[in-house]
Amino acid sequence: MNPLRVEPDSTGRRTFLKASAALGAGLTLAIFDVDADAQATKAANAGAEFAPNAFLRIASDNSVTVIVKHVELGQGTYTGLPMLVADELDAAWSQVRVEGAPADAKRYANLFWGGSQGTGGSTAMANSFEQYRQAGAAARAMLVGAAAERWKVAPQSIAVKNGIVSSGGKKATFGELAAAAAKQAVPASPALKDAKDFVYIGKGAPRTDSKAKSAGTATYTQDVKLPEMLTAVVAHPPRFGAKVKHFDASAVEKVPGVRYVVQIPSGIAVVATNFWTAKSARDQLKVEWNDDTGFKYSSTDIMAEFKRLAAKPGTIARNDGDAAAAIDKAARKLEAAYEFPYLAHAAMEPMNCVVRLDADRCEVWNGEQAQTGDQAAIAAAVSLKPEQVFIHQLFAGGSFGRRGNPQSDYVVEAASIAKEIGKRGVPVKLVWTREDDMRAGYYRPAYYHVLRAGLDAQGNVAGWQHRIVGQSILTGTAFESMLVKNGVDATSVEGAASLPYAIADLQVDLHTAQIGVPVQWWRSVGHTHTAYSTETFVDELAAAAAKDPVEFRRTLLANKSKHLSVLELAAAKAGWGQPLAAGKPGDKRARGIAVHESFNTAVAQVVEVTVRADNTFRVDRVVCAVNCGLAVNPDNVRAQMEGGIGYGLSAALYGAITIKDGGAAQSNFHDYRVLRINEMPPVDVHIVPSTDKPTGVGEPGVPPIAPAVANALAAATGKRLRVLPLSLST
Amino acid sequence: MAIFYVNKERVDVGKGVPTDTPLLWILRDSLNLTGTKYGCGMALCGACTVHIDGQPVRSCRTPLSSIKQGAEVTTIEGLATKEGKALQAAWQTLDVPQCGYCQSGQIMSAAALLARNKHPTDADIDEAMAGNVCRCATYVRIRAAIKDAGKRLPA
Repeated sequence: MNPLRVEPDSTGRRTFLKASAALGAGLTLAIFDVDADAQATKAANAGAEFAPNAFLRIASDNSVTVIVKHVELGQGTYTGLPMLVADELDAAWSQVRVEGAPADAKRYANLFWGGSQGTGGSTAMANSFEQYRQAGAAARAMLVGAAAERWKVAPQSIAVKNGIVSSGGKKATFGELAAAAAKQAVPASPALKDAKDFVYIGKGAPRTDSKAKSAGTATYTQDVKLPEMLTAVVAHPPRFGAKVKHFDASAVEKVPGVRYVVQIPSGIAVVATNFWTAKSARDQLKVEWNDDTGFKYSSTDIMAEFKRLAAKPGTIARNDGDAAAAIDKAARKLEAAYEFPYLAHAAMEPMNCVVRLDADRCEVWNGEQAQTGDQAAIAAAVSLKPEQVFIHQLFAGGSFGRRGNPQSDYVVEAASIAKEIGKRGVPVKLVWTREDDMRAGYYRPAYYHVLRAGLDAQGNVAGWQHRIVGQSILTGTAFESMLVKNGVDATSVEGAASLPYAIADLQVDLHTAQIGVPVQWWRSVGHTHTAYSTETFVDELAAAAAKDPVEFRRTLLANKSKHLSVLELAAAKAGWGQPLAAGKPGDKRARGIAVHESFNTAVAQVVEVTVRADNTFRVDRVVCAVNCGLAVNPDNVRAQMEGGIGYGLSAALYGAITIKDGGAAQSNFHDYRVLRINEMPPVDVHIVPSTDKPTGVGEPGVPPIAPAVANALAAATGKRLRVLPLSLST
Repeated sequence: MAIFYVNKERVDVGKGVPTDTPLLWILRDSLNLTGTKYGCGMALCGACTVHIDGQPVRSCRTPLSSIKQGAEVTTIEGLATKEGKALQAAWQTLDVPQCGYCQSGQIMSAAALLARNKHPTDADIDEAMAGNVCRCATYVRIRAAIKDAGKRLPA
């Protein structure tokens, strides 16, 4: 066998062909995985395919391919939506295949997003629940119709089970009936199953992507390789909003493998035959930045401005009764102010995007979270029509919101490079380094909260005032008209304006600050900060009233059955009220609880902490209860709670982007510390049984963890932490 | 000419290839072995973990110049040890992956752990796996799957 040869300039087609020949079929498959597989499947299916609607195809080889309209970024949608189809279709799980939908809002809109295609707000299951079941039910009815004709029996005599259609002694697979079923009329509103007949829904199915993701064969944007493809790395300004003043490409243009050095609106792109060449050249590039338009402030300036704003009343987001008067009259008054830093999403796969631009079309390969918005933005950047932008869906290596960027930042950057090099039909892969990703902005905004409340002589809450100061996420985005009303961005106050506690006199107001740091939704959005301030403050009120934190909440939630269901379950499973095992001598141990609803899902978490003599602490255990309506895939609900707790704990313990001189001070995982396995507590998840429509689970596990930890720390030490990330030593 | 082996295939590196090129980019860009991931470029996240002569290393900080002549590099694509197979089976049984991007690196680190310790405790796992970041925080299941894989191995 010939050895593999690695030569300079050796990406691209020639090496690919050589490597294929040398390595044999097993490895070549991995290279063009998504494209080649999908195309091969399509080719094999051509002519013998039964595609009753946009959501599934049944091929003569008996495969059922479910076309999933949402991106798989870890939340399990490539398993959950196929389960809906498979259940109504009575397919065998082993025959189910998954394909990511193309960008096509006419067929694949998010039904909660008014005609726009995209993934977010924990909506994938909730908006698709009936749509995907109907798709499966329609196909089943047509298979039954085809079998009835073929066998000359009444449709009522036909059973479908585990992928087999049968009547009396006659049997057929879906594949055998596919061609005939395709000729049946598509039923407009096929009957859906009764819940008692579900075979997958509520019971579960293995993830469709676990095998590929355990073998290194799942294809992410980072892994796309196309003939003649070039790789681009971009020099961005250190300050947000700064522009290129001057650059000198003479040294790097001579580097072997560097093909283009071009200016684009967001910086200077170095385009080369492979990543290392592009990155090394980018690092040597001399760029002078024009800071006139650049952001000039630091986190301390921003927080000072927020505090200044907080001194005055803001725009009312909720006003029940007369909160100020009630607090004035109260026997006791409490006030607390909270500071929240900017947070980076820091998905494992830094942002990246592949673009191939031709005269009349632009093809995009991306873990694509916001198809419709990105189509429009790319089209505008390259002077095409949105329908001329074709997006190939890939796995996303995490997102936590970042890949659905409100300004389509990184996909437009990739398209701008393809346009600027002017080389039609040559694919360009934009790769951000970890540092580029960390410093690119679009953070969870920083916030400042002030909470005031009164307690009457009996320890009941008498008045609640909540003031929030921060940047608006939605202003200037496609969601503005829907979710910014009377100057209040719903995502700035969600979880605060929707406070579930029965308090007659309650006011929430908002100051929206204009700050030049790009901000964006971050897993659970406004709830990331409102759950913290409300749930730690309510805990503080309970302590001031000398009442048990669970009992105190239970009284205030008497009419909130969803909240109560998780509060009671979490408390019971955690052994709330029973003594905790003692720690080592000098250690203090305590429990804390928080309950919060987000995206129509209620979650309560009980945390056990150990605080050591040196004021360091450890989260020992988390008990989580979730009410998400019908839990379609219970094990995935558990996985999302586990992951949400870990993601939230990472931010609670370490998360902070500090702005210094107009840019991010952090750059990589050494200074933007994230949770590691040795810091991950055991998590017990308990699901409240429910027959209500399913609600989201991707985000709601995040909000309660930080306040639950803070409440446990307060129980252990008496210290109320009001600055994130959490530290007992400052 | 630098010569080493990747998943038992001989690789000859031409003279013109910059010797500071990290092994990660040789694997990904030149050899099309994309199961090994780029996450940080600073050996901070473990997504790029491969084995060199059986030892787990961060390929993003392993320049060509540091690879010994004749070294045996194993990537997730070539992981064929009984520990590796047991881990991949356990990963699927327990549905460990979420986004999945870090999981090649997690499995490579775990395979090296199991090769020297079939029945690791939580503390052993924490120590061996703390260099591998998972932003989906699948850590609870990683722990369980490593133990499960250990049980699948012959004593």
